[in-house]
Amino acid sequence: MNAPRPDATHTYDRRSGRTRAQVALEGATKQAVETGHARLLAVAAVFVLCFLVLGGRLVHLTVLRDGPGAGAIAQAVSAADSYRADIVDRNGLLLATNVRTASLYAEPRIMMNQDEAVAKLATVFPEIDKKDLLVRLHSDKSFTWVRRHLTPKQQAAVNALGIPGIGFLDETRRIYPQGRAAAHVLGYVGIDNEGLAGVEKAFDAQLRGPDAARSKRPLQLSIDIRVQHILRDELARAVTNFRAIGGAGIIYDVHSGEVIAMASMPDFDSNAPGEATAEQLFNRVTLGVYEMGSTFKAFTIASALHYGTSGLDDTFDATEPIRVGRYQIRDDHAKSRWLTVPEIFMYSSNIGAAKIAMEVGTERQRLFLQRLGLLSRPDIELPEVGAPMVPTPWREINTMTIAFGHGIAVSPLQTAAGFAPLINGGVRVPSTLIKRPQGEVVLGERVVSPQTADTMRRLMRLVVEEGTGKQAAVKGFLVGGKTGTAEKATAGGYARKALLSSFVAAFPMTDPRYLVIAILDEPKGTKATYNFATGGWTAAPVTGRVIARAGPLLGVMPVDEESGDVHKAMLISTRKGRSGAAF
Amino acid sequence: MMTFGRTDRSVVSDWWWTVDRWLMVALFVLAGTGAILVMAASPPVADRIGVDTFHFVRRQIVFMIPALMVLVGVSMMSPLWVRRSAVIVFFGAVVLLFATLVMGAEIKGATRWLNVAGFVIQPSEFTKPAMAVVVAWMLSQRQNDPGFPAFPVALALLLLVLTPLLLQPDIGMALVVCAVWFIQMFLAGLPLFIVAGLAVIGMAGAVGAYAFFPHVASRIDRFLDPSSGDSFQVTTSLNAFGHGGLWGTGPGEGVVKQILPDAHADFIFAVAGEEFGLVFALFIVALFAFIVLRGLSRLMRETDLFILLAGTGLFAQVGLQSVINMGVNVSLLPAKGMTLPFISYGGSSTLALALGFGYALALTRARATPAWAGAAPTAARTPLNAVLRGAR
Repeated sequence: MNAPRPDATHTYDRRSGRTRAQVALEGATKQAVETGHARLLAVAAVFVLCFLVLGGRLVHLTVLRDGPGAGAIAQAVSAADSYRADIVDRNGLLLATNVRTASLYAEPRIMMNQDEAVAKLATVFPEIDKKDLLVRLHSDKSFTWVRRHLTPKQQAAVNALGIPGIGFLDETRRIYPQGRAAAHVLGYVGIDNEGLAGVEKAFDAQLRGPDAARSKRPLQLSIDIRVQHILRDELARAVTNFRAIGGAGIIYDVHSGEVIAMASMPDFDSNAPGEATAEQLFNRVTLGVYEMGSTFKAFTIASALHYGTSGLDDTFDATEPIRVGRYQIRDDHAKSRWLTVPEIFMYSSNIGAAKIAMEVGTERQRLFLQRLGLLSRPDIELPEVGAPMVPTPWREINTMTIAFGHGIAVSPLQTAAGFAPLINGGVRVPSTLIKRPQGEVVLGERVVSPQTADTMRRLMRLVVEEGTGKQAAVKGFLVGGKTGTAEKATAGGYARKALLSSFVAAFPMTDPRYLVIAILDEPKGTKATYNFATGGWTAAPVTGRVIARAGPLLGVMPVDEESGDVHKAMLISTRKGRSGAAF
Repeated sequence: MMTFGRTDRSVVSDWWWTVDRWLMVALFVLAGTGAILVMAASPPVADRIGVDTFHFVRRQIVFMIPALMVLVGVSMMSPLWVRRSAVIVFFGAVVLLFATLVMGAEIKGATRWLNVAGFVIQPSEFTKPAMAVVVAWMLSQRQNDPGFPAFPVALALLLLVLTPLLLQPDIGMALVVCAVWFIQMFLAGLPLFIVAGLAVIGMAGAVGAYAFFPHVASRIDRFLDPSSGDSFQVTTSLNAFGHGGLWGTGPGEGVVKQILPDAHADFIFAVAGEEFGLVFALFIVALFAFIVLRGLSRLMRETDLFILLAGTGLFAQVGLQSVINMGVNVSLLPAKGMTLPFISYGGSSTLALALGFGYALALTRARATPAWAGAAPTAARTPLNAVLRGAR
């Protein structure tokens, strides 16, 4: 191993012919190397010492030291994990927050008498699964939960039992002070406070991330909880009144795309999602897709105005139903005469709408609906979002039925977002559940001209003034809208008695900011409605009452509906060749 | 298994019979341990920062393969080539090190990383092993020429590296570089009163770091008095060992990795302690101890000053880094961003360590002939020497 090193005394002259100076140098080198070796030994000794100290410290930490138990470590993990930001509404009112609770755990490894422990715990928690608990306490685990989120009373009772080997961890539990009011928007969390539905799931990472814990800033939604309560209240009342199987409602800011309120019936309590049925958890506003019926006539007429295929003066023959193969297109409120375009909208003529759509043409109809966002899954900050059902291939017959909202199924949210450009001046804006900053300019895509949008506003006002939507009228709020009554598709056809009745309203029609949609699923007529269950009789009054109650809260100034300016702004001719007013 | 006759004098065969195979086995075991631990520790970190679960595992394996190739390849070099390549790497790394100050990517408040052709590299990692070799060369020049200004040149090299490190700032790296340099100077025969003087300066430097770098001050405050601030990582790491116990909670059963931001890097030892227990943690300590002490003990028999100094520098670097990292994990030292060699996740660090280990293996190979056979470095034949002397 030791390299034979030329030694000065032996190799001098004979082998390498070195000079005296070099020999001296080699002596110095040897000296240097020896110093190096001696000092290297010291360095090595220091390292030995370091490694020994490290090993000793490890033994000390794990074995000798009465270190933190499993409970302490779980506490550290839960403390870091349990932070979850609050959720507030657009005015800062609390929608979701946390309360501190105690959770009971056991350390089976250090437990002495498991059977006694289980027997004692059962006195406090009579419903506990004794067998399962016993198995877990007899296991070799260092940590197991006994029960989560105890009440202070239960905690005191467990403390009084004096069982060794159990302990409490501080945990937080999510609570929703508003109960059911915005359940489908907020969603709910699981036992470990992980978001499982709604905004809680969509923003899960943001709500509980380290940034959230640091900033402590709540998540602010676009929802106005006061208005939300009104919408849910009115919808629930209508569902009960008309014995409907469900309902959906949305209030939408057509300028910003913000969802102000969103309700789905039947609903659930976010505080106890475990007790809810699948039907209750289902969000009809975003996840459910429906054939919306006649409300789609607004899109049909807007497309005709947009492409210039029909003008307001044009008339269509609505005397006879249209027969296409085995299909027949009829009018519910049949006038059996030629109708102008405003009349077709006002009286909700299926025949007329189908004929208008045929003039627009299949391809342009599809393109127009696509630009309104009705043919693709909408963008909204919820996990529960349904994709629309769109015909493929899109034949002539589809064009005709889609003209009055059959043969295509979209969600109520999409309907709201699709209507927005028709009344806000022609711009499609992205929908959101998050409050937009004050004064933020929302960049949208122009879909129709301001003129077309203006005409659509007049037409919608006409429906409430003179047509099928009279029951949505609220004095002072100049409501406009469109009814929809779809026969629900069943196996092999449409059920004449199972209806999806809806009303799309906006107010005030001179400068509408809010859109209100109410939908009732299979409402039954009552004596008061002369057994009618159509949109005009069931859903329109709901929107009317919502607007009457929410309008003042939303700060909408009432208008004098009889003033000349308003008359002028809402002026529209329903007769061919004659300029008349729709009042 | 490859077989080579002892009379086979090809490079590979020569290498096979002369390299310290025990040391090499230990290094491969270390690399394997690192792969397992990155697999254990990194998935929660990956999930937290939003990359796919096995992001770090895959990348670490991708780094490990070329790293082991570098390790074996470099270990075949002769001492002369070790020296030559180290000079190139050293000056390349120093240029890049200064470049980080101008065009570095700022991550967590320091500009230590450089984006080169799509790869993010940390030049300071490559500076460390190369500097150990270059400084050893300078110090060993004294044996050829007693008049050679070895100590001033070594000091100049130290300042050359220290300046950008302190500007980045990367105090941990600066500390290791200084300590390795100091050990090499010490071995090279620095008079003991200067050793004592430098120790005083070192302490003054530490106090200076405390005074001038707020993050250093805050870390030390928190070490001395954990309640004075957020000592979350260290406390959690400490709890991890207690939780793991003798045999650990079992792979994947640990919980600290879910809350330690640096579970896959600086605090990977705590994850090992929790999931695999005291026995495994002691095994890791023993593995590092074996590598460092075996390396140093082989150098005890080395008669060439350059090899003695370079080897000591390389092994001391690994030893220091592992001791500091593990010391922080068990709260014997204040929190300091330092990777555990070959085990922590990190591309630059893994590759640079492979280079250093390669040098170390190359230098500790058994030699029947003097190290400089065929290239005797006399004073007259070393151009650098002539230049430096001329400049004086």
